[in-house]
Amino acid sequence: MNVNELCRNLGLNPVAGQKGMDRAVNGAYAGDLLSFVMANASKGNVWVTIQAHANIVAVASLIEMACIIVAAGVEVDGDTLDKANGEGIPILTTGDDTYTLCCKLHDLGV
Amino acid sequence: MSSRDMVILSYRVNPEDFAKAGDASSNTKKVLKKLGIPSDITRRVAIVTYEAEINITIHSNGGEIIVSIDKAKIEIIARDYGPGIPDIDRAMEKGYSTASDHVREMGFGAGMGLPNMKRCSDEFQIESQKGKGTTVTSTIYIHD
Repeated sequence: MNVNELCRNLGLNPVAGQKGMDRAVNGAYAGDLLSFVMANASKGNVWVTIQAHANIVAVASLIEMACIIVAAGVEVDGDTLDKANGEGIPILTTGDDTYTLCCKLHDLGV
Repeated sequence: MSSRDMVILSYRVNPEDFAKAGDASSNTKKVLKKLGIPSDITRRVAIVTYEAEINITIHSNGGEIIVSIDKAKIEIIARDYGPGIPDIDRAMEKGYSTASDHVREMGFGAGMGLPNMKRCSDEFQIESQKGKGTTVTSTIYIHD
C-alpha cells in the first residue's frame, strides 16, 4: 500500500507533501514525544501524532517515514506545510483521535 | 571516498530557534546519502545530530555541531557555550529532563535525547563545565 491508497481508503485530508504520495507504507507508529519517535519508528512507517509544528517534518524526514497523519482535528502550522512540501513528506489530517485512527489503520492491514 | 579523504561539516545552532532546529541534521543526512554511507549508519548519525541540535536549541546559550566523515568512521562533536550540565549522571538517565513546560508541550524534553545519542554511538563522551559549556562527542564506525 502507498500513501495515496491509505489516504483514499481512510478518507484523510492531504494538506502537504503531494510529491511523496507514492511512498510505500510498511507499518505505523503513534506518539507525540519526538525522541521516542526518533528512537522507535521505522523507515516507511506512517506516523500518527497530534504535534503540528515544523519539527515533525525534520523527524519524519530524518528517519524516512512514509507520511505524517496529524490526528484529532489539530490544525497544521503554515511553516510545517512549507517544510513538508520542500521535503516531499505527505501530511494528512483527520478529525479522528489517535486511538480511533490507529484502529482504522489496523483494520486496513497496516 | 579514498582512504585519505575527509569531509567536515560545520553548523551553528542558535538557542531557542525551533524553526531551524533539524536543518543541520537534515543537511548532514543528505551529504551522507550522497557519499554512499550505508543507510543504517546514516540513520544513527541522523539521530545523534538531531538530538544534539535539539539539546543545544533547548538548553544552551548557542553552540555548534561539527561532523567529520572519513572512510572508517563518522565523528560528531556538539559543543555549546554554556550554561553547562550540573549533574551528568542524572542527565544521562532515561526520562530525566530540565526542559520547560512549553518545550515539553512541543514533544521535546522527554529526557531521551542523551540516552538516544549514546545508544546510537559506538563511542560516546560528554564533558561539561558549569558556566563554560558542554561538549558531546559521538563516534560511529562505518562497517563494510
